Parts: sequence; C-alpha cells; structure tokens
Amino acid sequence: MKIAVCIKRVPEMDVRFKIASSGTGVDETGLKWDISDFDGYAVEAALQMTEKLGTGEVVVLSLGPDAAQETLRKALSMGAARAVHLKVDSIPFDNFAIARALAAELQGGGYDLILFGKMSIDSSNGAVGPMTAELLNLPCVAAASKLDVAGGKGTARRELEGAAEMLEFPLPAVVTIDEGVARPRYPSLKGIMAAKKKPLEVKPAQVGDVRMTVTTMALPPERPAGRIIGEGVAAVPELVRLLQTEAKVL
Amino acid sequence: MATSVLAFAETRGGEIRKIAYEAVSVARALADAAGGEVHAVVAGAAGIAGKAGALGGAGADVVIALEHPALTNYNPEALATFIAVRVKSGGYRAVTFVASAQGRDLAPRVAAKLGVPLASDLITVSLTGDNVVGTHPVNTGKVIATVTLSATPAVISMRPGAVTVADAARTPRVETATPSGDPSASKVKVTETLAGNTSKLDLGDAPIIVSGGRGLRAAENFKLVEDLAAAFGNAAVGATRAVTDDGWRPHSDQIGQTGRQVSPNLYVAVGISGAIQHLAGMRTSKTIVAINKDREAPIFKIADYGIVGDVLEIVPALTAAVKDAKASH
Repeated sequence: MKIAVCIKRVPEMDVRFKIASSGTGVDETGLKWDISDFDGYAVEAALQMTEKLGTGEVVVLSLGPDAAQETLRKALSMGAARAVHLKVDSIPFDNFAIARALAAELQGGGYDLILFGKMSIDSSNGAVGPMTAELLNLPCVAAASKLDVAGGKGTARRELEGAAEMLEFPLPAVVTIDEGVARPRYPSLKGIMAAKKKPLEVKPAQVGDVRMTVTTMALPPERPAGRIIGEGVAAVPELVRLLQTEAKVL
Repeated sequence: MATSVLAFAETRGGEIRKIAYEAVSVARALADAAGGEVHAVVAGAAGIAGKAGALGGAGADVVIALEHPALTNYNPEALATFIAVRVKSGGYRAVTFVASAQGRDLAPRVAAKLGVPLASDLITVSLTGDNVVGTHPVNTGKVIATVTLSATPAVISMRPGAVTVADAARTPRVETATPSGDPSASKVKVTETLAGNTSKLDLGDAPIIVSGGRGLRAAENFKLVEDLAAAFGNAAVGATRAVTDDGWRPHSDQIGQTGRQVSPNLYVAVGISGAIQHLAGMRTSKTIVAINKDREAPIFKIADYGIVGDVLEIVPALTAAVKDAKASH
C-alpha cells in the first residue's frame, strides 16, 4: 500500500491578523506556522492504514516556499517515510495551477491512495484534492469522515447537511479527509530524530499560468464590543425584550 | 465573449433544494451584467423535470433537466461530465454552484474538467470588465480576500445563504437532456444514504442556532438546548468540539474551525466559553447571545447580549419566556 499525502503549511489561526503593506496578503511578522488541520488528519489516517496493514509507505508532498520543508519534516517525524517539496516562491491562489503541479508529480508514482485534507485552513477553497483527482482521472471522495481500505477497494462516509452517505470506490483513488477520521499524533522525540535522516527531495513546481489571484485582503468589520446585560434568571426578561425590539429576531 | 451563465440547481431525495434557487439567483445577476441567459441544470430520477419549472422564479430562462435512475442519488462523476460537456459546447461566461456538501464536491471537478480555477465559497460576486471578482473569507473568517478570476468560463461557488433569492417570475423553457455516457458506470458508488433527523433544520438553513458547550456539564442537560431551539421554532442545534469529542452530540453538529461555519440571524451560545476555534465557526452571526457562568469567558467579548450565571437555571427560564413571547404574537 503506497499512500501519498499532500499537505500545506499554514499560519496558526489563534492570532489577530494584520494586513501586509502590499495589501494582498497578511503580515507574516510573528506568525507561527504548522501543518493545516485537515492535512494533519490525512497524514494520521495514512499512517494508521499502513500500520494496520503492517506494510506500505507514506510519502508526503508539499507545494510551497522553502519553509514548507519544516512542515514536511513534521510529517516525517510523525512517521511518513519520505517527502517531496515542490518549490515555489509563494503559493499561488489559483487552485487549478496547484492541482496541475501536484498531478504532474503524482502521475506515475504508483500510489494506491492519494490523500488531502478536505480544505486548507487558510485559503479554505477545498478544491485542490478533487481537481487533482480529475487531472489524474482517478475516482474521488471529497470530505470523507470515515475511511477504510481493504482488498483493492475503499469505503468512506461523507457528511451531508442533515444526513450522511456511505460510498464504495476502487483503488487507486483520491480521498480528501474531514474531521473524524483520525486525530493526529504528536511526534515523539525518537520520531523527530529519525525525521532528520529521512529523504526530502526538492523539485521546482510546474505551476504554469495563474488565472486567479487575491487582489486585496482586508479585515472584516469589527463586531461591536460585547455587552453583559445582567446576571442570572433575573436578566431573562431584558434579554427577550432586546431580542424583540433591538435585534428583532423574536 | 459568451454571455450566458449555467447554474447547478441541487436536488436531494427528488426535491429541488432551497440553495438551488441561490445558485440560479447569482447566475441571474451575472447574466444580467453580461447580457445573457440563465440556464439551470437539474438532475434526478424520472419526474424531476416536472418540478424544475419553479427555478424560473429565481430567474432561470432555460432548465436543462437530466433524468436517469442512476441520478436518484447525487452522482458527481456523471454530473461533472455532463456539465463540462454542456459548458464546452454552449459557450458560457460563468458556471455557478452553492458551496454545500454537493457543491463543494462537484464544483472543483467541473472546473478541473474545464481546465480553470474555482473561486469557491464567495460571499459576494460581480462581473468587472473581463474579470469575475468575488469576496471570500479566509483564515477562518478573520480576513476577507477579494479574488479576481481571469479565466473563462468563470467557475464559482457561493457560500450557502450569501445570495438573496431573486424574485424573477419567469416561465423557463424546460429541456430534457440525456447524460453523457452511462451514469451507472460511475466508479464511486453511493451504497447507502443515512438520513439524519429530517424533521430538524440543518445548521446551514436555520435562521436561529442554539448551541451548547461543556458548561452544560452532562450530556443529558443538552435537552435544555433542544427545548430552547424548539421554543424558537425555526432553530437548529449546534455544539462545540469538546462536546462532540465527548460523544454528547454527533460530529456533524460541531460548529468551529474544523466543523461547520455558520452565520444565522441569531446565535445563542449556552455554556460555551468561546475558544478561538469555536468563534471561527460563528463569529459572523448577526446577533450573538451568550449565557455562561464565567464573566471573563471570551464569548462575552463578541456577544451582543450576555447573561452571567448558571445555564441550568437561565436556559429553562429563557425557554419559557420565548414561548410566552411567541404566544403573545
């Protein structure tokens, strides 16, 4: 079982972002970076599958600037066998350009399964996984919340609005991972040491034409400061009055 | 340049979904700017064409009804192939989706088949010269990106609820079409649809959401949240990740950075401290009410109306007061 997992380096989100002077991105000063949430679940899911089977290889890929190698090292320290860095100066916003570069690398790689997070936590497009599947002409399940693979076949569950569906598909396939499949492990000290010696190959990414760009970034309007209207049950009538007369939602 | 716009009108269980009208309405706005027609694609088992005329109400000039037994359930491979073939032959300026579970899955497939990027989960969109320009929340909604799409056709998906449904009152021409290829030959097969509680409003559709956190102290106290939602009548029930991780509620109810992102008219946070990951899923709600025992809880920083105190006492009192208010209307 050979599994590729495509991962992205993203800023940690528990900060107040500032807009960079260019006006087209966030100010990166002081930001901490990590593997995108859903991509972490995908790495964990891949590791658990190969561990359960007792055989197989997990390869992690990341398209990004040099710093993407930190993210790849983290996935190696979790247990991935090797890494491929598809190098660009900066990650384009054009999801088709990214998918094209990833597909060019994945094509002919002999992977049984190609995993993605269901979307990156920064750009939040959720498009690169299914697009890569189309370019490779592989079956695709987007946003799987459960995933099992056995005997050349996969089964998955997908959450819909107020419902869910179970799916069956042949391998090789592309699956994008939702929360619920696996919670990522923390790298062990041994894992971190081992990761330093694991192979990490650097290649230029074949991005091609970029036809979707971010032209400006802005902070959303601030919410007015919060207001505590009272304490305990005694505050309930005032709340109902405000919901009726001020917010007009009741 | 082409002027017409193709909209994907989503169905489930043989019915046209509310968000289908949003996809058609945004297509109407773009088509009006380009000077073209709106064509809506609707797919399902036999009989769906008879229901498709209603899409004229949101501005469809033409409805392309695709009927096949293998389209009873959502069939992304067959739909993506059909839409891509249609777009290539029909010369469309744009293709519109709503970023629902289906739309998030289908739109990138169609875009890739057409060899163009996807501007996804937009909250506004317009045609500006040769470009389509939209706004899209990034970084868990803390930043708004303005995205410029220079590819033709422009493939876009709108955030559910972001589009006001048009009031167009047109009578569309309904064309029946046959799928390209055999839709039952799709590689990915839906083997089972697990219906949720269909009497419940979905988090994405509900104008009011009542959500519970660890402050409820025990799974059985979630009943208080359900009762309050029932008192409002048009409310859905959500939860924090802590609560879904503990198994008090299903994962599909989770609101937050890694769960659903919602923006109802009213969000009532019950026993929720307001971890940054939770705020990422609900901070765009129009009005926020918070009930929590800890005055210093971060949820009170963004709550329009906060009450400090014991949720087990306050929530039943609020439920009774909401019922009274409703009864006196």
